[in-house]
Amino acid sequence: MNLNLTRRRFIKGVIASGAAATTTGVWVAANGAARPAGAVERMIRININGQVRTVDVAPQETLASTLRYKLGLTGTKLGCNRGECGACTVLVDDVSTYACSVLTHSVKNGRIETVEGLESADGTLHPVQQAFIEELAPQCGYCTPGQIMAAVGLLRENPNPTREEARQGLSGNICRCGSYDSYLDGVMRAAQIG
Amino acid sequence: MAYMHIGKDFVPPDVNGKVTGRIKYAEDYTREGMVYARLLTSPIPHARVVNIDASEALAMDGVFGLLTADDVYPDGEPQSTGLKVLTNEPTLVGEPILALAAIDEKTAETAISKISVTFERLPFVLDPLDSLAEGGPDAYNGGNTYVFRQGFASEKWSADQVASFRAGNEPTAEPQQTFAYGDLDAALAESAFVYESTFTTAGYPHQSMEPRSAMAYWENGKLYLHGTSQSLSALADGMASIVGVPQEDFVFINEATGGGFGQRARANSIPSMAIPAKMSQKINRPVMMRITRDEETAIGGARQGFQGWIKCGFKADGTMAAADLYIISDNGGKGGGGDAYSAADCISILYQTEAVRFRGTSIGSNTGHRGAQRGPGQNQIAAIIAPILDKAAEELGIDRLKIRQINTPQNGDIGGASRTPFTSAYMPEALKMGAEQFNLEERMARSRKRNGSKVTGIGIGQGYHNAGRSGMDGIVRLTADGRLKVHNGVGNLGTYSYASTSRAAAEVLQMPWERVDIVTGRTDRHLPITSPQDGSNSIFTNTRTNYGAAMDLLGKMKEIAAMELGGDAADYDFGDERVFKAAAPSEGMTFAEIAQKGIALGGKFTGEAELPEELNDFTKISVSRLAGDALMGIYHDAPHNNNPPGFTVTFTEIEMDVETGKYDIVEMVTIGDCGTVVHPQGLKNQLVGGAVWGIGLTGYERHLYDPQNGLPASTGYWQSKIPTMMDTPAKIKTGWVDLPDPENPVGARGIGEPAMGAVAAALASAISDSLEGHLFNAAPVTADMIINHVAGVTSEAVPLAQNNFRG
Ligand code: FES
Ligand code: FES
Repeated sequence: MNLNLTRRRFIKGVIASGAAATTTGVWVAANGAARPAGAVERMIRININGQVRTVDVAPQETLASTLRYKLGLTGTKLGCNRGECGACTVLVDDVSTYACSVLTHSVKNGRIETVEGLESADGTLHPVQQAFIEELAPQCGYCTPGQIMAAVGLLRENPNPTREEARQGLSGNICRCGSYDSYLDGVMRAAQIG
Repeated sequence: MAYMHIGKDFVPPDVNGKVTGRIKYAEDYTREGMVYARLLTSPIPHARVVNIDASEALAMDGVFGLLTADDVYPDGEPQSTGLKVLTNEPTLVGEPILALAAIDEKTAETAISKISVTFERLPFVLDPLDSLAEGGPDAYNGGNTYVFRQGFASEKWSADQVASFRAGNEPTAEPQQTFAYGDLDAALAESAFVYESTFTTAGYPHQSMEPRSAMAYWENGKLYLHGTSQSLSALADGMASIVGVPQEDFVFINEATGGGFGQRARANSIPSMAIPAKMSQKINRPVMMRITRDEETAIGGARQGFQGWIKCGFKADGTMAAADLYIISDNGGKGGGGDAYSAADCISILYQTEAVRFRGTSIGSNTGHRGAQRGPGQNQIAAIIAPILDKAAEELGIDRLKIRQINTPQNGDIGGASRTPFTSAYMPEALKMGAEQFNLEERMARSRKRNGSKVTGIGIGQGYHNAGRSGMDGIVRLTADGRLKVHNGVGNLGTYSYASTSRAAAEVLQMPWERVDIVTGRTDRHLPITSPQDGSNSIFTNTRTNYGAAMDLLGKMKEIAAMELGGDAADYDFGDERVFKAAAPSEGMTFAEIAQKGIALGGKFTGEAELPEELNDFTKISVSRLAGDALMGIYHDAPHNNNPPGFTVTFTEIEMDVETGKYDIVEMVTIGDCGTVVHPQGLKNQLVGGAVWGIGLTGYERHLYDPQNGLPASTGYWQSKIPTMMDTPAKIKTGWVDLPDPENPVGARGIGEPAMGAVAAALASAISDSLEGHLFNAAPVTADMIINHVAGVTSEAVPLAQNNFRG
């Protein structure tokens, strides 16, 4: 199921990156610019929110870095930058994934979705976004994009989860404000709207 | 009372940005030419910087400059506790020593690796009792404690005094701080049951989700700082003086804040934001300083731990006659916090104790810096006192709910060290409501029942925090198009108080919500001063100011109508965005017409004259910049005297697995008494959020340090675990009393902090119940403590240890 895939992808990502796993949160590893040229093609095309974007990606750059600092998609948040909190959760091929802990190069053939991609062109919010507003699920909001992407991933796989399944599905996303109850209310409402 | 806005849910204007990712936190901003600062932090717990050689780093391509404590404090560092912007005298691992700015973070990191800092190592200490012992190391340069207005001092006990305390006895040394009322000896003599024990509560980091990143630039002599804060205008007020820029030339931009919990309420708890400001001034470029999780954990604040002794006496009828407390509070590496005093104050208030004595001493340790964390003091003691109440009930043969009802605070009572009357208090109602919703009687029948390895525990807890201040200002404006602008400096912390308190102004004028704009997010939108958004005070404090400002506006509106249409202002009424003659409703003016007339009149109508005398300086600047372009309501809230309490009650049932020490929270009901409810969804969020914090406090939150080298073993979420969705109940049931407080114009009081305390208490009470009433006298009560207890093993290697394992 989703959770296992996420974990496997996370572990693969960490092994691949090395830097992201060992720098205990030092941002430079993710943003590193220089590397001997030629090892990896740097200009890559990646599919983000349905658009193919061309971007210069360093070999050891994390997906979160690419999204936030190269593409200006700052909706994806960094709470820890080391796979502890889920604030950076995005979907890669429908699977919720910690963007701080995968290398952009390792997911370049994937279909990446961030919180910015959920709203439809006419401004209609995704049912999860709508439900989170109706339940006033966010408090400070910093974990919210991650919670939303985890919820969207869950509902794609299981459109009618029980509250317990929703709790399992979002358990990789921590919320220091403690808004879990309201997030679960939001997921259950989204399943109804959805 | 039928309100138009108060007590009704609404969509706060920022929530759309939160679900779309559009709302910006400090780190989401960029600016052309922006460069990046990185920090070099102290690798050792207590040291003095002897020399900094940055020549090689500064010679590197792409490096723009260095900032040290000497730059920030040319006249020397202030000799006081509290975090410094940068320091040459680190007293905790992770304290910022210098910052370097470069073209990108990799270059900055590489350059920092080439800086040679020579430290003189100084003795460090992790446990305040080790420092108190004669000959023990002192955490600070100049002592182990800080005496207000006097400076550093060294507080020492004899080795025997420390050993006796660790062995479980009442401390005998002179305390730094005391309060007392009532005849303690008589109260103890009258007691049928007396409980006495030492206890500990742990320190642990705040761990706000958003690291305290900040970005700054200067333009036309003005400083623009993108930062994070709990309290927009109160923090800006203090930050200007930390940076050393006149308030008039400082713009603080803070649309959203990713958590604060006490450590972003005031500028001096987040001085690191001055680093990019100072660096930008020095190198004349915009500077972004991203903060890592490690750095946030080190300087983001921590709760004060307690090493305490408590003696409580209960009369045969269950009355809590006496409470005697002696608490050593852990001031950590940078000092700060009045938690111990608040803890004793809380017992006095929650249980209306007849005689109370508090003695306390604050001692430093070279660990995370301490400062207010959600319910500082009240919430630690909540987890200690609840099982004691249960024990008293058991010994005296009184029902566990009953003993709380016997001692409950209620309307007309006084409480605390200052013996202050409550503005109102509906704890009896909350207890009754909670017991009913929880179905206490039926659940109590399952108390201590065993099923295989599982034992049911039932817990009852109560929480308190004083929840409201006064003396702040309000500004509202009616613009020429008839829209109401509520200028709100509360800050966007996630409580939505900035929005819900604005509704008090809309209520006064009966304005439809879609005709109201909240003006906030940055100080150059000209905001009034507010109290820091801490201490559960925003709802009480800022409904008063916004209500007052709207009343001032309404008075001016009626005055203008009377000037235009004749008669006296008192002859006028209003409704549907019109002011009209009460006797002839068809004769009137629309709000827009009145605003236009007011703008034409100017003077007092537009904030150019006759301002309230006591207006705070911060507000005066804002009013002067707003003056002239709209009809303005301005208000200074006179101080009130009584104590507006926030109260909560929690009932919980747990299923304890005595083989693993783990438990499931089967049911949790938590009820708030915060006067009239202003925003039900916001209140529910505070109650469930507080519950998660309470589960963490009693369950497992603590930070640990390596005793050999003083290095933090807890540097992030992984090693200092906060509750996840799997640690908290799938549903937390909430409710509220919803009775008005007479000293608030809309009847409201705050709730954020007690929401945590009641849950911490209820869980401690339930854990104790599931273990035949055993008292751990500690928070947290971890799984290893539980299985050791079940196995009959005494595991405490060093009794009362702080910042390390108890055993
Ligand atoms: S930022 Fe990726 S898991 Fe925390
Ligand atoms: S809403 Fe603040 S961290 Fe989740």
